Amino acid sequence: MAQQIVIEPVTRIEGHAKITIKLDEEGNVADAWFHVTQLRGFEKLCEGRPFSEMPSLMARICGICPVSHSIASAKACDQLLAVRIPEPAVKLRRLINLAQILQSHALSFFHLSAPDLLLGFDSDPQKRNLFGLIEANPQMAKDGIKLRKIGQSVIEILAGKRIHPSWIVPGGVSEPLNVEKRDAILAMLPEAKEITLRTLQWFKFSLEKFRDEIRAFANFPSLFMGLVTSEGKWECYHGRIRVVDGGGHIVADQLDPTEYQDYIGEATEPWTYLKFPYYKPKGYPNGMYRVGPLARLNIIDGFGTDMADQEWAEFRELERGAVLSSFYYHYARLIEILHTVEKMEELLNDPDILSKHVRASAGLNNLEGIGVAEAPRGILFHHYKVNEEGLMEWANLIIATGHNNLAMSKGILQASKHFVKGKQLSEGMLNRVEAVIRAFDPCLSCSTHAVGHMPLHIQLIGPDGTLLDELRRD
Amino acid sequence: MRAPVRIKTLTIDGKEVSAKEGETIWQVARENGIDIPTLCYLEGLSPVGACRLCLVEVKGANRLLPACVTQVEEGMEVTTNSERLVNYRRMILELLFSERNHTCSVCVVNGHCELQRLAQRLGVTHVRFPYRYPDLPVDASHERFAIDHNRCILCTRCVRVCDEIEGAHVWDVMGRGIKSQIIADLNQPWGTSDVCTSCGKCVHVCPTGAIFEKGKAVAEMEKRRQFLPYLTIMRGGKQ
Repeated sequence: MAQQIVIEPVTRIEGHAKITIKLDEEGNVADAWFHVTQLRGFEKLCEGRPFSEMPSLMARICGICPVSHSIASAKACDQLLAVRIPEPAVKLRRLINLAQILQSHALSFFHLSAPDLLLGFDSDPQKRNLFGLIEANPQMAKDGIKLRKIGQSVIEILAGKRIHPSWIVPGGVSEPLNVEKRDAILAMLPEAKEITLRTLQWFKFSLEKFRDEIRAFANFPSLFMGLVTSEGKWECYHGRIRVVDGGGHIVADQLDPTEYQDYIGEATEPWTYLKFPYYKPKGYPNGMYRVGPLARLNIIDGFGTDMADQEWAEFRELERGAVLSSFYYHYARLIEILHTVEKMEELLNDPDILSKHVRASAGLNNLEGIGVAEAPRGILFHHYKVNEEGLMEWANLIIATGHNNLAMSKGILQASKHFVKGKQLSEGMLNRVEAVIRAFDPCLSCSTHAVGHMPLHIQLIGPDGTLLDELRRD
Repeated sequence: MRAPVRIKTLTIDGKEVSAKEGETIWQVARENGIDIPTLCYLEGLSPVGACRLCLVEVKGANRLLPACVTQVEEGMEVTTNSERLVNYRRMILELLFSERNHTCSVCVVNGHCELQRLAQRLGVTHVRFPYRYPDLPVDASHERFAIDHNRCILCTRCVRVCDEIEGAHVWDVMGRGIKSQIIADLNQPWGTSDVCTSCGKCVHVCPTGAIFEKGKAVAEMEKRRQFLPYLTIMRGGKQ
């Protein structure tokens, strides 16, 4: 009997997006907007709750990177307690954040983007998904699933649960690591390294095929922002902020992340629920910056681990200044995976990681706390204010997808100008515009795009405001 | 000379059992290894029959009877676990869930909660009633503890333990019906109560995460009740 697999648009709607493209009199693309049409309201719904719930409550923002939200949230809570958490707890939190970055990057690269990269942007949309990938290159599909599983398993071993664990708490972590668990994690890492290296080789070899996409996928100068160590190395847990411009020059360095309001502004537009953060000294919208894997690789002076450093040096050879095409987010993601594996090995071989001293206890000592960490998609801010009883009064979150909003919008305009020809929309064009967004791996795709379909609505509007053409995938 | 103990014989779920006069159906069932669900009854505290989860069928009675406050009678035939009873119990739990804001995933007692455990045991997978989403406050004015009315099921265990065991009577209930709410003293912030001894007994008898220790993160709070039987014995077995 013939088998039939039907991939229907699904109802998981954590990220509805809509794109509007405007044409001028001659039928050329004049402008484009990227609308995020949903409001989650986490900043509002936490009001009145005890701050000790925040690491778990905020983790519910996302099922893909709950760990990153927990970490930023717990760091903000550490400030409310006014404690410096024990060093082993810092190491354990860093370890789980590395695992988080690994699994999320694996999901983005293999599950979401590999179908485009392997099968081609113009391939049959019925096949352009994970199942098509399994058919065309079973080894790569297996690799992707395995790699993500390794990241998730590390999270499960450390925190007891893959999704939404409550191990990360204000003051540290709730339980120390033991020898058996450490060894179980260490045993998984060599395979992760092997898979990553194999995929990196394949990807570098395939770059040739994507010249057009590299040229038109949000490829323009912008600022890049992220955390670095005091020596300017890659950092995902502590660290200070560095800003680099399109030429690769450092614009600002070692900025205190807790003073983010001094240099990051948040603009709003009436046509989208997603805010537009910008770098204040350059104003809005010129202060556009990018965050995430590409940004991190552009701002650092190196990773501090051998294999990743080698790959990073080769990566930076792509362009003279900063690497500008957002298509290279995919490349940067793979190099970061390599580093997370190396760094996890380093941390696990440190005997201090087994220390039982993993939590500081204190009552409420500050009424305001700011936690900053690198999430897979970029720098993440959690800023809380509480009353004297420890109940939340106010919260402000700036999430990676938000930071990239200006660049994504501009990227869509660029891709539309490059790929939209005439007054008719084609599926290949839709997919390329979608793929620009996908390169940033925004959170809207992480929940809706897992089987190759992101709910997307594109409208083509003439100069007089009439709707010329429309494509919709719910 | 002690008065002779009168023995009653009855059947529970078809099993012949004997009991002392004055015992309740709940106690006799428990002695015989039959666990009747309850959320308000707690050994050591006076029974109030508030939650109605222990309702049982008694042959010849024209209504269901709460096992925690019904004394055994000679020749009684009790059924504790019929389909009808399970349906009612599920419905009671669903009503409790719909009445306030029970969000297990971010609760301090997630995984250690009596309400959650009972819902799992009785197979409550959905709530058929519309949620009311009341706007209820958290009182965190006490130095060590907090009360979250969103998670309160009005079992009144806290009221009874504070009154009967600690003798402070900080807690009471105000309002009627759906508007009932636990209050400290004369409806004032818990932290301003003059009579609260900060003993923490209410925290530990509370079946849900409504009363909890401050500083505990999600899923970290476990209730410890070892003190209750001990204190009851010290008080001469009186309830």
